[in-house]
Amino acid sequence: MALVTTTKGEMDDSLLEKKEGSVDNDNEYTTWVEYWLDGELVHRSAHVQLKQSVMLGAEAASFN
Amino acid sequence: MANTQAMSTSFMGKLMTGTHNFGTGVIRASTAADVYYGALLLASGTFNASSSNYTGTVGSSTMSGEVSGTGYTAGGVAITNATPPTATNSSTTAGVAFWTPSASITYPTVTLGTAFDAVMIYNFTQGTAGAYPAVSIHTFGSQTITAGTFTLTMPSNTTTTALIRLATT
Repeated sequence: MALVTTTKGEMDDSLLEKKEGSVDNDNEYTTWVEYWLDGELVHRSAHVQLKQSVMLGAEAASFN
Repeated sequence: MANTQAMSTSFMGKLMTGTHNFGTGVIRASTAADVYYGALLLASGTFNASSSNYTGTVGSSTMSGEVSGTGYTAGGVAITNATPPTATNSSTTAGVAFWTPSASITYPTVTLGTAFDAVMIYNFTQGTAGAYPAVSIHTFGSQTITAGTFTLTMPSNTTTTALIRLATT
């Protein structure tokens, strides 16, 4: 038993339907969790783990 | 022995800490690191390499293309920056300077009903309302949040995976 923050306030998770999922690709590993109450989405959280950087190349020019 | 044409790796690192200035720069109030923020961007936006600034006003008005919703503050959240940039040589001609936020970027207890798919990192310290200098934009799969928490965890702070890298090859 745990309390979940929802659009209707704190609710016991035993009253809710829980759905979870994940996405894993070259750019990210993402997990999400949803709680539903009588067909209504009342909570959704997501956690994105970034995998890639942005890179700037640098070069020293030659005189010849 | 012979000399080798190269970009100094330390130069790249010192670009990241404000030592060099080839043009008109800014007057720094101290040697402390600047404060950086992360703003979430709507999936319908068109932000890219040409996006020079965060154009909202931090704490009071979002910029066009930024998310809005319950619990979200205009401009996003401050980024934890406890680890300074690192510059490392990889050969006589190549090196990498890199930096990664030292903690996840977290937006707690928010409702963001319109899909978003990117975060803009920008400089709060050197900015003014409507013009905070952008650093980078990082994309991810489209998300919405309902009475929940959105967390962005950083890649490892290494020469190959750090969030921001300046590199010679």
